[in-house]
Amino acid sequence: MKIEGKHKLWKDYQKEIADNHFYYVRSCIRQNFFPASEVHLLKILREDLGKDIFDDPRHTTCTGIGYHADIIPFETIMTVVARHFALMTEKGYKNLLISCVTSFGIYTEILETWRHFPEVENKIREKLKKATGRTFEIPVNMIHTSDVVYKFRNEINNLAKYPLVNVNTGKPLKIVEHIGCHYSKMFPNKGVGGAEFPYVLAGMVEAWGGEVIDYPERRHCCGFGFRQYLVMANRGYSVSNSKKKFESMKDFEPDLIVANCPGCTMFMDKWQYTIGEMEGITYGKYGEGIPVLTYEELAGLVMGYDPWDLGLQMHQIGSEPLLDKMGIPYDPELKYKGKNGKNIGAPKVPAYCTIN
Amino acid sequence: MKGLFDKLMEDVRFEEGLKACMNCGVCTAICPAAEFYNYDPRQIVTRVHSRDEETILDLLKSETIWYCGQCMSCKTRCPRGNVPGLIIMALRKLSQEEGHFTESEKGRQQFAIKRTVGENILQYGYCVIPENINPDLHREQGPVWEWIFKNIGDVMDRLGANYKKEGAGALRKISDESMKELHSIFEVTGGKQLFNKIEEFSLQKARELNWEYKEKGIDNDYFRHTYTDNNGTHTKT
Ligand code: SF4
Ligand code: SF4
Repeated sequence: MKIEGKHKLWKDYQKEIADNHFYYVRSCIRQNFFPASEVHLLKILREDLGKDIFDDPRHTTCTGIGYHADIIPFETIMTVVARHFALMTEKGYKNLLISCVTSFGIYTEILETWRHFPEVENKIREKLKKATGRTFEIPVNMIHTSDVVYKFRNEINNLAKYPLVNVNTGKPLKIVEHIGCHYSKMFPNKGVGGAEFPYVLAGMVEAWGGEVIDYPERRHCCGFGFRQYLVMANRGYSVSNSKKKFESMKDFEPDLIVANCPGCTMFMDKWQYTIGEMEGITYGKYGEGIPVLTYEELAGLVMGYDPWDLGLQMHQIGSEPLLDKMGIPYDPELKYKGKNGKNIGAPKVPAYCTIN
Repeated sequence: MKGLFDKLMEDVRFEEGLKACMNCGVCTAICPAAEFYNYDPRQIVTRVHSRDEETILDLLKSETIWYCGQCMSCKTRCPRGNVPGLIIMALRKLSQEEGHFTESEKGRQQFAIKRTVGENILQYGYCVIPENINPDLHREQGPVWEWIFKNIGDVMDRLGANYKKEGAGALRKISDESMKELHSIFEVTGGKQLFNKIEEFSLQKARELNWEYKEKGIDNDYFRHTYTDNNGTHTKT
């Protein structure tokens, strides 16, 4: 196939992504809402792809949600991040693998700030030394976890059991990909495909047999807005922005939404439920919701991991219609069971957005 | 005494984010906050750039600086390399330091954020922890989250998290040594001082408005006011 026009432009944006030996830092939101995504990222990279990742219990939150809600000074977050650099340096790693898009944006902002204002870096080195006695080296390669899944998308495809194809029609699944704003809108050259043509998720979707939907509000923010969600009185901002996206995508009849930011994934899942309850509106073709997945969950499904091991039961929007389309077997009885089949009840069924 | 503009200039984010604006309006066109609130990032840039102390003071006391969602879409777009989102961050920081944030309904919400996210960070080492995503305060989370919330230990165990336990893994307990270092960073870098200022000025305001205020926690009227009240004057419609 001749690559031309827009496709050629997408290919023009490339980013250096290390091949092995990663120091991993977790995401607050992903740990709370999609813990199994972090579990499976490590599993896939280590066991299926044979990569080395160091999972350090000593790192803390980067404080990013507090920082973007303005209760954390820039100096404080810079020093917390500097401590993470120090922990990585001590363990002999140079490639920092970041699970959260908010963190990824912050780490990048900090290194850019230090490049423009070297005196700030020196000051933070002093503060870290004073507070913890630690010193650090700057990471050689700093990447988001979606970058690494993108890099190994073809290797993952070689292990694929269930491509992104509708088994009933033989056609590719139609997929909305949503990139977290802080992945590449702040520093376009730090994200695969830049701010104009972010390709990090589209690359996975295409490699695994799906078709990416190009809809008008594709690049609009999910609406998290930090303080605009954290404070109950402001949540209208958050839901309105997501709604704008759903309205814009619905006529394209997406089979699923995949996002690289844990916040976006959670919001686009929960706001569909909220809009259903508030206004009786749903966005799936048959009155159901559109499943919203993390890219780890999507990779896991493609590779044949069990949907309930992947944690799809934590989503408000049921993924069963998607599993059926992909021909993935599952046991509905086990969906809401605890470890070793322990009975821990089940969620109440909402009025709208079927949860199956 | 240093003027407000000079104080803003001490913030590298401000220095980085403000150059002469050519009033093209591109930032406003792309801004999700401008679509929802009575908010115009272009105006913020021009007003701050005026260097007029009174104009800046008005901004520090205003509702408008609290409308931005920090999506940073404006950073990609401004042809002059301005970043209204970063200017907003510098304004909010100064507004809290000088105590002006309590003059606006949206500004007073910093208290609610400090008492939730801020306390999570200092107590647990996370911005968010599942036991603090209470369905009563998060009805948008829906019945699935309610089920998870009730069975948090079992659900996390089922999914391979290391919930509240020693060692590595999702939602692990952050060790005492790591928490000590985090606290020490907050002491050394002004993090604790900012928290204290938010508390002090909020207490003053709570007294002035005659709202019940407690030293700790979220079970008090001032918290409820800052977390839930919306006087309905903020949005476009
Ligand atoms: S960062 Fe703030 S001002 Fe800039 S586009 Fe986003 S909401 Fe608007
Ligand atoms: S995009 Fe830049 S130059 Fe244009 S109005 Fe906004 S701040 Fe001014």
